[in-house]
Amino acid sequence: MFASGAVTVSGSMTVKLACRGLSAYFGQLRALHDINLDIATNSVTAVIGPSGCGKSTLVRCFNRMHEVVGGARVEGQVLLDGEDVYGPGVDAPAVRRRIGMVFQRPTPFPTMTIEENVVAGLSLDGNRLSRTAKERVVERGLRQAALWDEVKDQLGKPGTSLSGGQQQRLCIARALAVEPEVLLLDEPCSQLDPISTARIEELLSELAADYTIVLVTHNMQQAARASNFTAFLLGGKLVEFGETNQIFTNPACRETEDYVTGRFG
Amino acid sequence: MAGWLFFLAMDLACGLFLLVVGGIFLELLAGSWPSIRAFGLSFLWTSAWDPVAGKFGALPFIYGTLVSSLVAIALAAGVGLLAAIYLAEFAPGWLGAPLGLLIELLAAVPSVVYGLWGLFVLSPIVRSQIGPFLQATLGFLPLFSGPIYGVGMLTAILILVLMIVPTVVAVSRDVLLAVPDIQRESMLALGATRWEVTRRVVLPAARGGIFGACVLALGRAVGETIATTMVIGNRPVISASLFAPGYTLASVIANEFTEATTTVYLGALTELGLLLFVLSLIVNGLARVLLRALSGGLRQA
Repeated sequence: MFASGAVTVSGSMTVKLACRGLSAYFGQLRALHDINLDIATNSVTAVIGPSGCGKSTLVRCFNRMHEVVGGARVEGQVLLDGEDVYGPGVDAPAVRRRIGMVFQRPTPFPTMTIEENVVAGLSLDGNRLSRTAKERVVERGLRQAALWDEVKDQLGKPGTSLSGGQQQRLCIARALAVEPEVLLLDEPCSQLDPISTARIEELLSELAADYTIVLVTHNMQQAARASNFTAFLLGGKLVEFGETNQIFTNPACRETEDYVTGRFG
Repeated sequence: MAGWLFFLAMDLACGLFLLVVGGIFLELLAGSWPSIRAFGLSFLWTSAWDPVAGKFGALPFIYGTLVSSLVAIALAAGVGLLAAIYLAEFAPGWLGAPLGLLIELLAAVPSVVYGLWGLFVLSPIVRSQIGPFLQATLGFLPLFSGPIYGVGMLTAILILVLMIVPTVVAVSRDVLLAVPDIQRESMLALGATRWEVTRRVVLPAARGGIFGACVLALGRAVGETIATTMVIGNRPVISASLFAPGYTLASVIANEFTEATTTVYLGALTELGLLLFVLSLIVNGLARVLLRALSGGLRQA
């Protein structure tokens, strides 16, 4: 069993993000139990498991979004390039700039235009962007999110005027505009149709060239299609972690096999 | 089945309101007819108010109502919004809930109590502390010149602020809380601080509702009668100084209705009522138009 020991990614890949003895709580309720996990640079790591297994909680611990909820707390370490994001003196907003996040439902800011949405995270800190710098960021972000061609003529329209799939890509563009190193996606396709889903999966493999991606999904086919590594969570514990191919074809644990073959969950 | 009956009932219910509003308007118009016939439109910009000589002009009352309620809403909006932001976004749960309740309780205090407090507590403070302080620091402005009586425009404004702040706070706080948490989280996840989340996401989303809260409060200030009457000084003069006494539409009606012996006098008071009615309609209508212009183009989700 891999559950309690440190799990390392194979071969020569460098570790971007790692957790050591990570536990998360909501008040008295323990949602994650002693998770140890390494996430490789420039890869897509999928986190799978049945509803309520702690997938979302796990990634929300990575960028310190877990603590935003009242009564929530974290034990253990999350190491970004070897440094604990929960270490003393580490500023949560600074961590979130390095570890971006896309949520389950598309969440464009309703009072902002498409363009304003893309730069929403950028014009913080009071550093005002010049018009040309802003245009450059908007175009780069939207191109990276494969949305540019669809919206380039309507940048001044509200972000909420787009379709669901477009809105989700707008949110990806918004997250990328901050130039994070890691991108967390929490079931980004669960509200989208198959065509939009396919576009986003395609996008993820492209983005993996420049970013380290963690994809939470309840869709096993998606994990199999779109990821290099897969972590299987059950009841707040990490059951198995390995290369996606191995997890789906030759899992080491009985629970993993039952889950990926659809016998439960 | 009996759907038509339901629709008929709904139509009747709505019609009833139309009828009431229309009825009030017509009744006021009929009641003020003697005054309208005697003074015409000049009633609106005449300052004389001399029941003995039979001269009536509404300007000091319109002025008093507008100045007291507009200055009050300007102050109340600032203070109230800050309090609402604190309660909705920053206060810890154990503090926010009781504090919010306390502020809402302020709205339940009868206005005559505010009036008494204003007369016996606030106005001496205005005369001995607040007034001299303003005069010493900002005395070069005509707003803070002249003798300080205690009762007067400033005291009325302060009492009104106290009375309408709870409305601004309670409604604004609810509007802020109605902004979905996922919007806050989305901004936090971009590396924003809580203040940046408030300023860039929550406040823009709640802008319309906050504006609505202020309009609601302004409506209350415009129509407030008893508390204002007790502290404003009740003199039909237009003075640049906030220390000077003033008079409002609502106050003069309440004060003089029982003494109105002549038809023209009664007509003039009724016409003041008509003006108050129309003023409230204009304030509300204007607010709605402004609101639509403010949130224009960004609401077609």
